[in-house]
Amino acid sequence: MSRARYTRRLPAAALVAGLALAVSACGGGSTDSAAAPAASASSAQLDPNMDLSKQSITISVWPGYTPEDLPKRVKDKLKTDLKVTLHDTNEIIMGKLTAGADTGLDVAFVSGQYAQALNEAGLLEPIHPELIPNLANLYPEAKELSYDKGNVFSVPYTWGTTGICYRSDLVKTEPTSWNDILNPPDEAKKKVTMMTTERWLALPAVKALGLSVNTKSDEDLAKVKAKLLEAKPNLLRYDDVDFGKRLTSGEAVMVEAWDGWCPTSEKNIKFVVPKEGSDLWVDTMVVLKSSKNKEAAHAFINFILDPEIHGWAAENILYKVPNKAAMDKLPKDLVEKNVPLQMTPSQLLAGESIIDLGEDSTKFTRLATEVQAAK
Amino acid sequence: MTSSTVSGATAKSRSRRSRVLGRLVFLSPGLTYLIILMLIPLALVISYAFFRRGRFGGVIYELTGENFTRLLDPIYLDVVLDSLKLATAATVIALLVGYPTAYVIAQLPAKWKTVALVAIVLPFWTNFLVRIYAWIVLLSGPGLVNTALGKLGLGPFEFLYNQGTIVTGLIYSYLPLMVLPLYAAIEKLDPQLREASANLGARPARTFASVTLPLTLPGVVTGCMFVFVPSFGNFVIPELLGGGRSIMVGNLIRDQFLKARDWPFGSALTLALLAVLIVLLLLQAWSSRRA
Repeated sequence: MSRARYTRRLPAAALVAGLALAVSACGGGSTDSAAAPAASASSAQLDPNMDLSKQSITISVWPGYTPEDLPKRVKDKLKTDLKVTLHDTNEIIMGKLTAGADTGLDVAFVSGQYAQALNEAGLLEPIHPELIPNLANLYPEAKELSYDKGNVFSVPYTWGTTGICYRSDLVKTEPTSWNDILNPPDEAKKKVTMMTTERWLALPAVKALGLSVNTKSDEDLAKVKAKLLEAKPNLLRYDDVDFGKRLTSGEAVMVEAWDGWCPTSEKNIKFVVPKEGSDLWVDTMVVLKSSKNKEAAHAFINFILDPEIHGWAAENILYKVPNKAAMDKLPKDLVEKNVPLQMTPSQLLAGESIIDLGEDSTKFTRLATEVQAAK
Repeated sequence: MTSSTVSGATAKSRSRRSRVLGRLVFLSPGLTYLIILMLIPLALVISYAFFRRGRFGGVIYELTGENFTRLLDPIYLDVVLDSLKLATAATVIALLVGYPTAYVIAQLPAKWKTVALVAIVLPFWTNFLVRIYAWIVLLSGPGLVNTALGKLGLGPFEFLYNQGTIVTGLIYSYLPLMVLPLYAAIEKLDPQLREASANLGARPARTFASVTLPLTLPGVVTGCMFVFVPSFGNFVIPELLGGGRSIMVGNLIRDQFLKARDWPFGSALTLALLAVLIVLLLLQAWSSRRA
């Protein structure tokens, strides 16, 4: 979701971008510190007996990603005041966090590869597991995420994969491969959409070619580009946001989709992870090194990992949560109706984690520009 | 005698100083606005264009010209040329539609003039995005137009997601900005000049070419600028009506700031766009001075 929220709110995003630019322009500050120390055990000890009512927490999260009444619930349970600020995209929150000035944030929600980048920039507090007993609720697989093995600097909040979402009544043979999107059968020509956010725009071609989602090789990317250009004439359009609606209306019959966004509860709409494999994306919570309320920040994360609160995300935004206790408690009919919720952690982990590519990430930006600009 | 001249001179300079001061007081709200909201941001954009992107998207304060050399890369040049092409097409068509419209409105009786002008401005009372989404509802595959055509046994057609739809969206959005300055210019025209031309034996076409058009040229140029400038930098219409299948400079700039987090290159692109627009504005100033 993280990747897509912004297009749905185009005007808001434009406004926020303007503001973000103005704010960070004032902040100034270079943040290039590839060699900066990553979070390590060297950080100060936290007091497990801290009186949390004396602390307050400010978090930044995507709109609609946590319960509306979260501040009240946190206040009731932890006696801590919670202030929720919002960001529409990873890029916007990264802009804020890396602008140099203290943002006053204690906890931020970002996708895994961005958590990795923030950690490499030395901006994250290591997670103190002794303050988060609810970590025990997580699936063991959630501690094996390649951008952060052992949850050293981030705690996963939601996770999922990307696949093909399609109308089983409008295609003759059901898709099984990324090539079905890239080179669709006649009945699906001009009725296919692919995503526009860089890594996902490339994903179908990357996987169809048997490459790694984290490839940086120019030779690989040239092949990916050629494949994407070949696919372009058969596309309806690029779409990160409304692909579900387009399927329901029949404007599209096959789309590249994030699992939770494929409306499988509708008749005839199905989701498949292509045989060539796919990605594993994770949205995480991180504690900022600049936070003055680190005990409360950890208590907040612990509170989120409570099966009831964490289950809210699965039940309301239909994203899988890496919390076994929460997933086990989901209503049976909800899981039955929404097929992607049935994927197991090991099926998810078969997908390849998207990691931060550092300087090379601009190669994907360039690829997306070249493909979109091409006639 | 001498002393009186001197005191006269100081009195004059004092009164000039107070006049300047008075002007400054009245100008200060506008000047403050310009400095805070235009000059400072512009200075930031200009300075960023000479720095490098940080690994995580910040700005590294190391002077470099690489953002400008990158502008010359064919993929970016292509996008700029495409934007020029689409914006020019929109402007020319808007002129061809807008001129007769403005001409007819200018000839209407006063009461109907007001009605017509309100009708021209009316779309602006609805949010821009809502109007663009309305086009999607009309033109999409299963949309209203295709449904209606289907009843007649035609179609379905693919109206959306191509450059033609982008141009249509641009014309639709900015046509009023063409009509209004044209109307103002045509309205100002002295009807006696046209009569004189007719009396001297010119046919209507000749009168139009030799009298009406040259005298309304400043309106034509202003209208073209009003349509071209926002069309050239637009990013919403290519995204929504073009389906992201072809992009314009506006999209490129937005993507640098929002997706690639490459502010220095985004700034360089912004300056390139500004440069094109400044050239056009100078042309406009030049043409209106001549008129």
